[in-house]
Amino acid sequence: MYKLLLCWRYLRTRWIALASVISVTLGVATMIVVNSVMAGFSHEMQTRIHGILSDLVFESHSLSGFQDPDWHMAEIRRAAGDAIVGMTPTVAVPAMLNFQVRGQWITRQVMFIGIDEATHAGVSDFGRYLQHPANRSQLSFELRDGGYDTVDSQAGGTEPTRPALEAAGWPHRKMRVERERLWRERLEAERGSAPEIETATSSASLVSDLGGPTRPVDQQVDAVLAATSAEPTAETRAGKPADPFRQVRPEEGTRMDPATEQFSGIVPGIGLASFRDSAGIDRFLMLPGDDVKVTFPTAGTPPKAVSETFTVVDFYESKMSEYDSNFVFVPIAALQRMRGMIDPQSGLASVNSIQIKLRQGTNLEEVRDRLRKAFPADLYAVASWRDKQGPLLAAVDMEMAVLNILLFLIIAVAGFGILAIFFMIVVEKTRDIGILKSLGAQASGIAGIFLGYGLFLGLVGAGAGLALGLAIALNINTIRVGVEWCTGQRVFDPSIYYFFHIPTIIDPLTVSWIVAGAVGIAVASSVLPALRAARLHPVEALRHE
Amino acid sequence: MSSATLEQTHPTAAAVREPKLLSVRGLRKHYRSGDRILQVLRGVDLDLAAAEFVSIVGQSGSGKSTLLHLIGLLDAADEGEICLSGQRVDDLPGRQRDRLRNTAIGMVFQAYHLLPELTALENVLAPLLVRHGVWSWLQIRAEARRRAVELLEQFGLSERLQHKPRQLSGGEMQRVAIARALVGGPRLLLADEPTGNLDAETGAGILDVLCALNRAEGLSIVLVTHDPSIARRADRIVRLAAGCVETA
Repeated sequence: MYKLLLCWRYLRTRWIALASVISVTLGVATMIVVNSVMAGFSHEMQTRIHGILSDLVFESHSLSGFQDPDWHMAEIRRAAGDAIVGMTPTVAVPAMLNFQVRGQWITRQVMFIGIDEATHAGVSDFGRYLQHPANRSQLSFELRDGGYDTVDSQAGGTEPTRPALEAAGWPHRKMRVERERLWRERLEAERGSAPEIETATSSASLVSDLGGPTRPVDQQVDAVLAATSAEPTAETRAGKPADPFRQVRPEEGTRMDPATEQFSGIVPGIGLASFRDSAGIDRFLMLPGDDVKVTFPTAGTPPKAVSETFTVVDFYESKMSEYDSNFVFVPIAALQRMRGMIDPQSGLASVNSIQIKLRQGTNLEEVRDRLRKAFPADLYAVASWRDKQGPLLAAVDMEMAVLNILLFLIIAVAGFGILAIFFMIVVEKTRDIGILKSLGAQASGIAGIFLGYGLFLGLVGAGAGLALGLAIALNINTIRVGVEWCTGQRVFDPSIYYFFHIPTIIDPLTVSWIVAGAVGIAVASSVLPALRAARLHPVEALRHE
Repeated sequence: MSSATLEQTHPTAAAVREPKLLSVRGLRKHYRSGDRILQVLRGVDLDLAAAEFVSIVGQSGSGKSTLLHLIGLLDAADEGEICLSGQRVDDLPGRQRDRLRNTAIGMVFQAYHLLPELTALENVLAPLLVRHGVWSWLQIRAEARRRAVELLEQFGLSERLQHKPRQLSGGEMQRVAIARALVGGPRLLLADEPTGNLDAETGAGILDVLCALNRAEGLSIVLVTHDPSIARRADRIVRLAAGCVETA
């Protein structure tokens, strides 16, 4: 009983010991906050990765893909139908995206993905990441009549951060065509007797036009402008005999009015089309309604590069910059046609992969292994979204582990503080220890006083740290705003992270481990002083001044 | 000078014949300071009957306090034996010695040795707190408290129950210490210069308390002092010199 009483009295009279507790508190609070934020980021990232990739990806090793996706889907359903909710075929090829900004051509390396607009949103969160509300419920590759979100629909703010999208759609396209017409007329009027320019070029001739080293600069400008106006005419197309895909192009032989017609729709990642300025406003290099050119390889060996013009109809924004600046989506049928993936005899199309969505709660790995058994591994690869992002997820886990070790060292340092202060207290209390021994207290009991004292301090420190850590983790965005207001510095720049709020997840298991670890360290660091106290010789202790 | 007596040759026989409360035989103890060996006790014999009041006198360094610490089981002797009520106690394992120190022996020190964090009442209760675990303490708490209050009232400290030691005078502190020594119901009280830090009048008061306890309750007392006038209050005086009992 005396142990409890003395513990309590020492706790009440030795405030210095609480100083060592503060470092325990800070350590625990920091660990809780960092773990919550890391877990939040990690979760956010995984959700986004998972939202982009379907649960399972069934793909061919070859860039040309495999024929007859319907037959494959039937086979997949036969092998693991009970676990499958939805499937959609995709074609993915590396490509180059070319677009024009103020007369300058910009080329980006992209992943060119053909998707089935009817079923793709069913296997992933694809639909959620689009900018037009109607496209979010059902994607269409037809250009819309405006109505694109000017606020980030995922951030949930009310402040418009994308004012440029206000005019996007057909209005923008019409205005652009009109402006280019006026500009061209003005140029022609100024030049008077300039050589006749091509009013339209095919995409293939554009490349050679630009590359022509002997052409005067003004002619290059004209060519560029003409290309931007993009009026493929039957005359110019007919004049190009070496076009291997001319027979499968539906627009072949027709003249197109860009103010009322569009090319095949395309949905580029928002990272390709925009950048965020320091005020948090997104600046767009292209808008829905603009035309872009994509250069991509055909199917077959060796692949040939072909270029096609597409009309931007929406943007894809998963908030994962790696994907947002890399993915470009087009209708799968158009891509199959352009790449020559449709067998002219059987009419069967080929695809690169089949995206599979599984029933909620299904064991991903188990279904994956079933499919791997069902299909020859040298022809098909079956991977879960985790497999696809294995290194990234592992890196995040590794980062978290290292960070935890480092932060736990803070608490360990606090442990040494407790050790030092306890040694001091043992020295200070030497005579009292002698008195207790003369009253018949056992060595274990004396040790118990100091271990109990350490436990108390650990509990107090960890408890305060728990409260502080939870308070910070739960209100981190308010705190961020407060700090930004006080210092005038941006603590958390959304243009870097693509999140508007700092995401946090408080995992009760992690938190209990942290608290238990801190209490454990406090007790462990009181062991040595406790042993020293227990071993004190009663007579010498009584004589201690 | 030597303490060799007839009894020493037949210690067990003597113990059987007339069980003394305390019997010390051939106690030797040395201290080591640096490479110097200091022989403090060189074979001390001492007997104490029940309800006897013995003072041990001697000059500083004669080993009085060391002898008292050995009897109080706070220290281990090099040689010799200590019997309490006929039972040898100095070779008992540590836990049993702790137990005996708690139940059978009460100690009073020159410097009072009260626990500064506890009140007078809690200091008195300390031996019982040490004796009992949490649950058994909760059961006997009221009774223990009653006994402690009774003792403090007996020593005229009824107004001082909730005072911390630093709020008490020397005499009061010593009376609290005596009450603490008595609360566990010991058979033997060991007092090490209990009046050493007090003025003559207060010291005399403390001695009166001890004598009264001896007379009224038959408590056996061993009192260590260097002051012959204080020693004379005891039934018998044992003189220590150079680590041996001097025949008076």
